[in-house]
Amino acid sequence: MEYEAIIGMEVHAQVLTRSKMFCGCSADYASAPANTHTCPVCLALPGVLPVINRAAVEATVLTGLALSCTIPPFTKFDRKNYTYPDLPKGYQISQYDYPLCVGGHLDVQVAGESRRIGIRRVHLEEDTAKLTHTPDGSLIDFNRAGVPLMEIVTEADIRSADEAHAYLTELRTILRYLGVSSGDMERGAMRCEANVSLRPRGARAFGTKVEIKNLNSFRSVRNAIVYEIDRQSGLLASGGAVEQVTMGWDEERQCTVFQRSKEYAEDYRYFPEPDLPPIEMTPVEVQTIRERLPELPHDKAQRYEREFGIKSADVALLVAEHPTALFYEQAVAARPALAQAIANWMLGEVFRYLSEGERTTAELPISPAMLAELVALVDDGTINNTVGKQVLNEMMTSGEAAASIVERRGLAQISDTVALEQIITSVVAQHPGPVAQYREGESKVLGFLIGQAMRATQGKANVQIVRDLLLQALDDSQR
Amino acid sequence: MNLHDLTIHQAQELLASDAVTSVSLTEALLARIAAVDTDLHAYLHVASEQALAQAQEADERRARGACGALLGIPLAIKDVICTRGLETTAGSRILAGFRPVYDATVIAKLREAGAIILGKTNTDEFAMGSSTENSGYDTTRNPWDRDRVPGGSSGGSAAAVAASMCLGALGSDTGGSIRQPAAYCGVVGLKPTYGRVSRYGLIAFASSLDQIGPIVKDVTDAALLLQAIVGHDPQDATSVEMPAPNYAAALGQGVAGMRLGVPREYMVDGMAAGVRQAVEAALDVWRELGADIVQVSMPHAEYALPAYYLIAPAEASANLARFDGVRYGYSHPDTDDIWDAFRRTRAVGFGDEVKRRIMLGTYALSAGYYDAYYLKAQKVRTLIKRDYDEALQQCDALIAPTTPNIAFRIGELIDDPLQMYLEDIFTLALNLAGVCGISIPCGLSEGMPVGLQVQGRAFDEATILRVAYAYEQATDWHMLRPQV
Repeated sequence: MEYEAIIGMEVHAQVLTRSKMFCGCSADYASAPANTHTCPVCLALPGVLPVINRAAVEATVLTGLALSCTIPPFTKFDRKNYTYPDLPKGYQISQYDYPLCVGGHLDVQVAGESRRIGIRRVHLEEDTAKLTHTPDGSLIDFNRAGVPLMEIVTEADIRSADEAHAYLTELRTILRYLGVSSGDMERGAMRCEANVSLRPRGARAFGTKVEIKNLNSFRSVRNAIVYEIDRQSGLLASGGAVEQVTMGWDEERQCTVFQRSKEYAEDYRYFPEPDLPPIEMTPVEVQTIRERLPELPHDKAQRYEREFGIKSADVALLVAEHPTALFYEQAVAARPALAQAIANWMLGEVFRYLSEGERTTAELPISPAMLAELVALVDDGTINNTVGKQVLNEMMTSGEAAASIVERRGLAQISDTVALEQIITSVVAQHPGPVAQYREGESKVLGFLIGQAMRATQGKANVQIVRDLLLQALDDSQR
Repeated sequence: MNLHDLTIHQAQELLASDAVTSVSLTEALLARIAAVDTDLHAYLHVASEQALAQAQEADERRARGACGALLGIPLAIKDVICTRGLETTAGSRILAGFRPVYDATVIAKLREAGAIILGKTNTDEFAMGSSTENSGYDTTRNPWDRDRVPGGSSGGSAAAVAASMCLGALGSDTGGSIRQPAAYCGVVGLKPTYGRVSRYGLIAFASSLDQIGPIVKDVTDAALLLQAIVGHDPQDATSVEMPAPNYAAALGQGVAGMRLGVPREYMVDGMAAGVRQAVEAALDVWRELGADIVQVSMPHAEYALPAYYLIAPAEASANLARFDGVRYGYSHPDTDDIWDAFRRTRAVGFGDEVKRRIMLGTYALSAGYYDAYYLKAQKVRTLIKRDYDEALQQCDALIAPTTPNIAFRIGELIDDPLQMYLEDIFTLALNLAGVCGISIPCGLSEGMPVGLQVQGRAFDEATILRVAYAYEQATDWHMLRPQV
């Protein structure tokens, strides 16, 4: 029998706010020495009370709006009760039945097709402390305790590991566009759980779902889902049944391993957080947040195709990172006619520069206008393509403007036919062998002769003119 | 008159006229504590040195021209309120030796006002109880009769005030824990409206019900101490941004023409005859002062107790989860692993009543029971609020006994928790409604004090103080002091 996979995803993303969710401590915990970003509130000392970080609420609403969610007028926090050493209060302040955002969706591209993934809810909660296990015992770092965390839950709309991967990628792009999360999975700023079940293709009813935890990278999400689909179909094919369990992904062995069964599922005893009054989101407040929405990648991509006529394959790469897209747009603004040429330079030379040095767009030593200027110099024939690459390299090192480099180093393309004719004449004179070969019909030596002419001009010659003049010279002398 | 017998406002006059210094006042109270508290056990910790240093500083501030209602006034603080550097245990073994690194907002306000903190007073463990018998350390004796309880949970504060071991005290009230011990000890206790006083630094019992308030010798002192602790606190999201009036200024306006309601449901058959007589006599006093006494009904009053004993333990079950022996307090020395450490620390650190309520609350919140217990209780709470709203629309304030009986004997109810819970039957609906109430002495029965409550609208402490003050001015009950 053929099975269809039904997948739902839960993503936790740390919210980039200056302070923690319920106290004034800095939320920038990663680089700080252990237990230095703490206070009575996030250490859960007796008598302390939480206060809502408004910026985290707004970031979550912004995310919900970007995912086309509804923002209900009433929302509240709840206590989720469970005991674990990384949870200092013995309960997590989370949201249970009235999340900040409900009922949205995200469109993703999978194998050239658009798929709509429903977003069930986005809610806000607090992160736990960080445990480090050593042979001598376990250590707790409370710097992370109370860092705002949003949870984004999809409907069971995902049908394959590739879709899951595409969803995660698109979601992370959006989170980064909004500036609400770093989306960095390797550093734990974004965490993911997948619920996977199978059903016979064409069936209506859902099968028994298995929750997969410990997915620490995009790759492990894909691998774990593939593995789990395989495992479950094997079970079903051999007449077995899938049990409702929680599995963990074992990165080393590349398999899912049993963690706990449903009978041991915890009863979190949710109840409304009495220390925090409910939040009322007025339409005006929601509108104010909506106005902060930037143009999202999907819209940008469509606009680039429509307005700039950029090839759709190129567009996806240009919009994948917000700073890159903004850099590109600013460069295009400086030279609107050169949109595709600028895109080519971005995707080629600029991306190579970034990836070679593992740099981000923000670290580029040149401005978008400077890139546009370089592209214009190539476009108008002042320099040729090869020289353009050299000039860009130098710009990246020195930050100097393209025109200034070209001027200082005399790199302007030689298009002066009189000057070039002399050079051609001497090339023809100095290479009688190849010239003879050419005349005997070996047209491929033309490239060699062009190369010699280019070398004589330190590569500055306009290749097209060199080629024309050379052909002319060879023809002339033949006559 | 002995210095320790003074009220806050009397002492303030003497301080202001340089007739006494804060140091001499503080020394007198420390001497009084040394003399009588060995028998009464009102204090868990006395901070003599720090108190004298604070008194010295208060005198210096006064010499530099400072003044204020609480400048140089020695007070006692219930041990559920965090005091920086001063041991705070909430009456629990699980917090033995715990010294907070921060001051509760009310403590910061008192320090700013120049008040002296004499020490921390006994309480039922985590404020769960009506007698201080649930304290992990000691049972406080009622200064009127040492075989009787002082009430609870703020029994230490009430006994300290009644036995003149402080000029005033702070207590906390979740279901009557200020008003009931005030009644049992013959002093004044006020539970402010929920949100009027910051809870930041109050070790939580039931977060939606807890409120800090004054326990003092008379209504004027209640106004002064309340004034010092009210106000919005950015660290308490449930505290309100609403300016407080000048409470002392409102005291003397009288009750002529006011409507005072007596809830029919609060004059029950089971109450002691002496209590009933005292309350009825008090109603006559207000009548003579020109108030209109009317009967009102609180139809859901009988459901307050069961609703309270679902909501309060539910919240407590979460609030007490943080006490695990990892970061502070008692930690069991002999454990196999972290889970064993949690279990043993809590098994040894918590007393029986606390465990009972954690279990009650955990049960009420459990899957499958939530709707039947916790949710139902919240609905009842809404109905009780409505009862109060309707009654207080018809009346300016409500009058009710504080407790059905006088203070019971130590050990009398310890094995009958339900009967002990019933001692709070007249007080806890007020917490569910979130409004304010004050208990004042209104007579003696069998030689023991009887208290009555004036209950008022949300954030209308001024009116209940005014009604109480009018009664106090017309009677002498507040002047009675136990022979210690």
